[in-house]
Amino acid sequence: MREIESGEITEAVRKMSIEAAYKLGHDVMEAFEKNLKTETSPTGREVLKQLVENARIAEEGLFPMCQDTGFAVIFVELGQDVHVTGGDLNQAIHEGVRQGYSEGFLRKSVCDPFTRENTCDNTPAIIHINIVPGDRIKLTLAGKGGGSENMSRVMMLKPSDGKEGIIDYVVQRVSESGPNPCPPTIIGVGIGGTFEKAALLAKEALLRTLGEPSTDPELAAMEEEILERINRLGIGPGGLGGKTTSMAVHVKLHPCHIASLPVAVNINCHAHRHKDILL
Amino acid sequence: MSEPIRLNPPLTDEEVMKLRAGDQVLITGTLYTGRDAAHKRLVDLLDSGEPLPVDLAGQIIYFVGPTPSRPGQSIGSAGPTTSYRMDAYSPRLIERGLKGMIGKGSRSKEVVDSMIEHKAVYMAAVGGAAALISRKITSCEIVAYEDLGPEAIRKLEVTDFPAIVVNDCQGNDLYEQGIEEYRIA
Repeated sequence: MREIESGEITEAVRKMSIEAAYKLGHDVMEAFEKNLKTETSPTGREVLKQLVENARIAEEGLFPMCQDTGFAVIFVELGQDVHVTGGDLNQAIHEGVRQGYSEGFLRKSVCDPFTRENTCDNTPAIIHINIVPGDRIKLTLAGKGGGSENMSRVMMLKPSDGKEGIIDYVVQRVSESGPNPCPPTIIGVGIGGTFEKAALLAKEALLRTLGEPSTDPELAAMEEEILERINRLGIGPGGLGGKTTSMAVHVKLHPCHIASLPVAVNINCHAHRHKDILL
Repeated sequence: MSEPIRLNPPLTDEEVMKLRAGDQVLITGTLYTGRDAAHKRLVDLLDSGEPLPVDLAGQIIYFVGPTPSRPGQSIGSAGPTTSYRMDAYSPRLIERGLKGMIGKGSRSKEVVDSMIEHKAVYMAAVGGAAALISRKITSCEIVAYEDLGPEAIRKLEVTDFPAIVVNDCQGNDLYEQGIEEYRIA
């Protein structure tokens, strides 16, 4: 059995917290450039140019790309042949978030739901652990902003609503969100499973490299159709009107109960921050 | 696009009444920051008849909770937060003479009506352009509720801070106009 020291996990999470806030992925930068070529609204183009410039300033490492540096959501793919030594895996992750958000001068955005008192170190992180074959640990960090998360929903559709009903629901959700989630957005869609599984699928869908279609041809076609319909809404960059309301739609599917058709829409802003490390 | 309009708060009713949805503005002078928790405290003070820690007459509130500043920086990243969360509180501050708000996203009918009645304006900054916007902020000082951390009320000095008028005091709404123009039926 392979041993991995918990301190290595802390260090990986610390590093990813900081990198996510300052360095926007190539996939998102490429999507900005691609949409700059097709956007017809002058204001929309100006917003996209500002986002490119903003990402370049952030890359210098002094100013995070967004003041909302997010809730740290950590996905762990834990190899079943790994033994974590020297401490609790969950605590190691929280400690990494604590260190990263402090040393990176990131905003602490986690608070008590009732008193609204800030925990002052951005912990606890949200941790999803999946046991997988092998002797490695893959850690993925998403710095999830609150504005776009607030526009996300889970809906229990009826089986009779079918594929069309799902597509209509996703488009309607983006339409109703309007300028609030900082368009151009990325839309994660989870279809099937149970109430909570649909939400998790939607969040996992956001982790895929931007613009990479689903490997399932039926889902890939669905993603394309939803994106096309969203970009006819006219919301545009910054919500100020234009063709670029979303840059990608990513769908994940899971079998569901014979009585149900759950669908979750997890919206992410253009500060689409994901980092991963394999230990 | 036409030449941006320069604003130097405090604003008068006459200045506000000239602004129209879609106008680009560049603000130089003072902005006050405030988000959910600070707004709640301000309105609680009004409810109990106590004075506010800052005089908001003629002023602009920027809905923002910045990242911590590094040594030598006046402020960290400071982009707008979503404005609808302040809808429950904004009309009370507008009644007290607040002339402008900067955020992102749509406002409620109550806020829009209050802006029309009391001559105030709502502007948007580009959501997520937080590092870019920080360059326009030359100084930052906490003036109330330091215990709220990123949500404390700060007094910012800004130079050529860019924003766009979304709701003017005639009832126009740039978000509605923009969508109308680019929507494909």
